[in-house]
Amino acid sequence: MAELKKDDKAVDQPADATPNTTEVEKVDAATAEEAVAAIEAPVERGEPILQVRNLVKHFPLTQGILFKKQVGAVKAVDGVSFDLYQGETLGIVGESGCGKSTVAKLLMTLERATAGEVFYKGQDITKLSGRALKAVRRNIQMVFQDPYTSLNPRMTVGDIIGEPFEIHPEVAPKGDRRRKVQDLLDVVGLNPEYINRYPHQFSGGQRQRIGIARGLALNPEIIICDEPVSALDVSVQAQVVNLMEKLQDEFNLSYIFIAHDLSIVRHISDRVGVMYLGKMAEIGTDSEIYDHPTHPYTQALLSAVPVPDPDARDRRERIILTGDVPSPANPPSGCRFRTRCWKAQPKCAEEMPLLAVPERFKGSDSPAAHESACHFAEEKDVVHA
Amino acid sequence: MPDLIEKTPSGAAAAAAPAAEKREKPRSLWGDAWGTLRRNPVFIISALLILLLVTVSAWPGLFTSTDPRACNLDQSKVGSTSGHPFGFDIQGCDVYARTIYGARASVTVGICVTVGVALLGGVLGGLAGYFGGWWDALLSRITDIFFGIPLLLGGLVFLSVIKGGSVWTVIAFMIALSWPQIARIARSSVITVKQQDYVQAAKALGASTTRIMLRHVLPNAIAPVIVVSTIALGTYISIEATLSYLGVGLKPPTISWGQDISSAAQQYRNAPHMLLWPAGALSLTVLSFIMLGDAVRDALDPKLR
Amino acid sequence: MTTIEKTDSVPAPRAGGKGGTPLLQVRDLHVEFHTRDGVAKAVNGVNYTVNAGETLAVLGESGSGKSVTAQAIMGILDMPPGKIPQGEILFHGEDMLKMSGEQRRKIRGRKIAMIFQDALSSLNPVLSVGYQLGEMFRVHQGLSKKEAKLKAIELMDRVRIPAAKDRVSDYPHQFSGGMRQRIMIAMALALEPELIIADEPTTALDVTVQAQVMDLLAELQREYNMGLILITHDLGVVADVADKIAVMYAGRIVETAPVHELYKRPAHPYTRGLLDSIPRLDQKGQELFAIKGLPPNLLKIPTGCAFNPRCPKAQDICRTDVPALHTVTEQDGAELPGRGSACHFWKETIHG
Repeated sequence: MAELKKDDKAVDQPADATPNTTEVEKVDAATAEEAVAAIEAPVERGEPILQVRNLVKHFPLTQGILFKKQVGAVKAVDGVSFDLYQGETLGIVGESGCGKSTVAKLLMTLERATAGEVFYKGQDITKLSGRALKAVRRNIQMVFQDPYTSLNPRMTVGDIIGEPFEIHPEVAPKGDRRRKVQDLLDVVGLNPEYINRYPHQFSGGQRQRIGIARGLALNPEIIICDEPVSALDVSVQAQVVNLMEKLQDEFNLSYIFIAHDLSIVRHISDRVGVMYLGKMAEIGTDSEIYDHPTHPYTQALLSAVPVPDPDARDRRERIILTGDVPSPANPPSGCRFRTRCWKAQPKCAEEMPLLAVPERFKGSDSPAAHESACHFAEEKDVVHA
Repeated sequence: MPDLIEKTPSGAAAAAAPAAEKREKPRSLWGDAWGTLRRNPVFIISALLILLLVTVSAWPGLFTSTDPRACNLDQSKVGSTSGHPFGFDIQGCDVYARTIYGARASVTVGICVTVGVALLGGVLGGLAGYFGGWWDALLSRITDIFFGIPLLLGGLVFLSVIKGGSVWTVIAFMIALSWPQIARIARSSVITVKQQDYVQAAKALGASTTRIMLRHVLPNAIAPVIVVSTIALGTYISIEATLSYLGVGLKPPTISWGQDISSAAQQYRNAPHMLLWPAGALSLTVLSFIMLGDAVRDALDPKLR
Repeated sequence: MTTIEKTDSVPAPRAGGKGGTPLLQVRDLHVEFHTRDGVAKAVNGVNYTVNAGETLAVLGESGSGKSVTAQAIMGILDMPPGKIPQGEILFHGEDMLKMSGEQRRKIRGRKIAMIFQDALSSLNPVLSVGYQLGEMFRVHQGLSKKEAKLKAIELMDRVRIPAAKDRVSDYPHQFSGGMRQRIMIAMALALEPELIIADEPTTALDVTVQAQVMDLLAELQREYNMGLILITHDLGVVADVADKIAVMYAGRIVETAPVHELYKRPAHPYTRGLLDSIPRLDQKGQELFAIKGLPPNLLKIPTGCAFNPRCPKAQDICRTDVPALHTVTEQDGAELPGRGSACHFWKETIHG
């Protein structure tokens, strides 16, 4: 399966032996065996720390008062696969309703996946529960979008940052905790004397730092950041982004950075995935995605972002999409993007394009040779046009 | 957080605390609420009244040396005399003493029903809200059924059938019919809190369900339950009085304002003082609890103002 | 379906209203909120002018007073706790703050309209979209129900809602976010106002929809020759549509400039900081430039220049003297039209 291909550049991997990139999709066929095989496949960046395979989340739509019957499903995430390597930042961009936040919740096992696997160091965490799950959670933490709702207003900052130690007492002995919390405050750039204050005594940026400190407490390997700066003021966003980069170097963290602000994602990410309506449309390194996008949706998205340069408004080419994102409860057949795509052909309605290196770029050194889920993938540099 | 000021200028001032100041004291939300309460004259007045009322009902002997049950028919309907400022009722009992002793029944019923309703409704509603699913659906339907029963009619039928008349029968009956209101409030409050990111964050840390419920959900979901319970306390007292007035609530030998109002009402034309005092005491009590509830609501949820 | 187009720029601002009186002039406006913790000074002496056909972008972060100013112009401030201790808002030269409630109501909606960020909560969920659109005509122009409905369909067509005739009886929740924002725009345009205030009109929308809505707004503005006050924090949106910009900080305008000028060479350290903190390609892997410190607390605005605790150029004078909005000139003293900077060291900032 194309989904199992580890990396755009690892062209000669066994996965390539099944040249079914143009085949009609059979996504669900990915068995655990295949996935394990994929783990063992050598790649340039070393072992991925997190492997996501065909992740699916359908929220049932129900009817009825006491006995509910299912009448449909919102296909929030519908077969998403990607890898995360040690120490890298994978940016995930997309518009509201594309499923990027649901992916975050699935990776955190805050929601149970309908199907698919998430391998953390070879262990499928979607199937874990109880003690085993709790152990994994030490290593995967999250920073939330809204600093006003992500901190319990009735707890002091010390209690909030110290809670991870209470839940995982083995991490820090009791007498040590207060000092550890103060260290964490210091690490995220807050005065350690603030330990007894309450969240409402802080500004948005400071609260986000508290949220980051809580995420760091257990010394995790992966931090999933769901729009960590979009609720902050512009002048404070840069501070928090800098802090996150500093912490990544200091603690060798891997980030999954979910956001809709494309310029910040580009700044912080090593690789970027573009999601549309529950599927990954395109994934590659930051310059592959931003400078050599091959999926029409990526191109439209990039061209629609307002550029903070008034001189650009006359010469910039913009792709203005018509209409809105279709409902994930009733997505279009074939390619999800075809209803808004200017390249759509009858084939797009019939065949679901797979996420793979497009045939025409295969084997080439061109930066366009990265995975893109489009039948008619072609390069179009929209940012510099 | 000046941005809050821009959006909700009225309520957010507390949140605008300058975090940059070094000497700022930690201020919990409960502490803030207490600070607001303390400065609210409505709260001070109602709290003093309630304090007085509780003292009266706990130690009525401190306020009168007259025995409310020592009645002398010779003095039936006699007005204010020396030593008996409120006069006598139809049985010749001292109205002042009966008003003082009647407080105990009202306060007992009010407090016990409130506590019982808050516990029963709060726990059932809270669990339903937290766990959802069929248990929630079942609870919602049960509360619907209870909302369909009019309290007074239900009281008339039920209490006249079982012929109890003791304080505890009335309390039990009122709890049984009143808990769904609090259950609904607790349920919706818990559902709101459950979806907050800090609950998700605790889950992501691997916190146990008990921990999430006690440390995160309970402290944040309890405010509306407290507010509604305080306001409802006054209502419960007036319902008890109504039931007693109708003759199905408290019965002699328990002394209650409702009974006294009932017997005085028939003599209103020739001896209005008999009605005035117990009715006045009842209104003042109900009013002070409702005022207290309002003040508590303002303190706990400034946005509702 | 999808169009690929070279965007043409917003037209050059046309000359001001009749007889040289600007359409809207805000003069030394102050707004404060009396809260239980003290007086929050949200707006501290704002001046700006909007002419017909012109787009003024008011740029600022939360708490900068940009929305409060707009609410004061619309007359929808909550008073109390809000209070306008001094200032004038001149519409066609007439001070609206001195008008009676009745006079202001006549201007609101008919002459000045507003578009809010959150279209869903600004529309009444229990009334059909057609009814709400038609209401403007029934109330203000006394049209019959049938005529009003026809007008509503016409408006929906104008803001390019597909199948307007079939959708006129739908309710707000049946529309997507972008469509709802179009309905809001239609409602604002209904009576062909002279001035539109758009408060973060696209912030809640997706990027690909944002572009549609901004384009629509710009096009309609051109068509009706309306004045537009665009309130936003997004430097990208401003660069796309504005003619001139007013940057606000802590309730004051700290810099005014025509759009091209501002981005090329800012004359206030705050503006410069904002522009510098936009991630740039060549900075990949480096630290982003960040304005240090926190936005000010409105209950306790720093003395002197409100930006001084965060400013890299701050000197003693900045901590004591509030800088006036200086006219910005070229190095040789030639005046730069429309430019002003409330910084003691504007010369060093723009030319240094």
